[in-house]
Amino acid sequence: MEKIVFYILAIAILALSLLSVLSQRLLRSAVYLFGVLAAVAGFYFLVGYNFLGAVQLTVYAGGIVVLIIFSILLTHEIDHKMERPSWLRAGAAGLMCAAGAAMVLQLLASTPLTRVDGPENSDLDTLGGLLLTPGEGGYLLPFELISILLLAAIIGAVVIAKHKLGAGSENQENQPL
Amino acid sequence: MIPGVSLFEIMTVSTLMFFIGVYGFVTRKNLITVLMSLELILNGAAINFVAFNKYLYPERPAGQFFTLFLIAVAAAEVALAIAIVINLYRRIKSVDVENVNTLKY
Repeated sequence: MEKIVFYILAIAILALSLLSVLSQRLLRSAVYLFGVLAAVAGFYFLVGYNFLGAVQLTVYAGGIVVLIIFSILLTHEIDHKMERPSWLRAGAAGLMCAAGAAMVLQLLASTPLTRVDGPENSDLDTLGGLLLTPGEGGYLLPFELISILLLAAIIGAVVIAKHKLGAGSENQENQPL
Repeated sequence: MIPGVSLFEIMTVSTLMFFIGVYGFVTRKNLITVLMSLELILNGAAINFVAFNKYLYPERPAGQFFTLFLIAVAAAEVALAIAIVINLYRRIKSVDVENVNTLKY
């Protein structure tokens, strides 16, 4: 049963990501990307990492894709059609990617990856506890760093996307607090 | 682990997804679609982390934390990239990679 679900998810991931990369229409491309991200969330649920699946659905599928769709609607006509890449460029890129994928898969096939069956602790209590544990095995420092990074990204995004105002209001903004 | 599914099969999916993302990253000319290809690449890596965590180190949730932080970094990156795209559109009325030949003003 799980096997069938995994294969369905795998086919959905691969087909939708190909469509998302090849589609000439921007908005359709974004919707295909949404499908890919939702299928990846389904994979996380399948392996039993429910918290990760929920985060993937809310942040990626819910947040990032909506942001991308908004930016598409702000900058393009709704039925904007992109031109195809030239055959030379598409062929060269396809060849390069196929060669890279073949190399990685060949390397993977020759690497012995033995499965370890052990006790699992991936429930939400453990994850939350480890996120606030300093020192050995804890993730307090990256947790704090990521919060600073997010704050910096929010401020940076606001500063970059801010509409340039006239000189008068510019002066007003620069007044010391 | 998932019964009946080997680690190699999961890695195959994530590898192909990664290289599909690389293909889009190279061939696309629109900044927003380049960004979407980047998301595919990041997700391929995230699947790898989860699969390794599940199959090789089930007792420590290290891979889950990496994926969690990866999602947070991706969110920050997309927010910044969208801000840059909108700013570019306001300045040169285009978001094509070819038309963006200056970063300073």
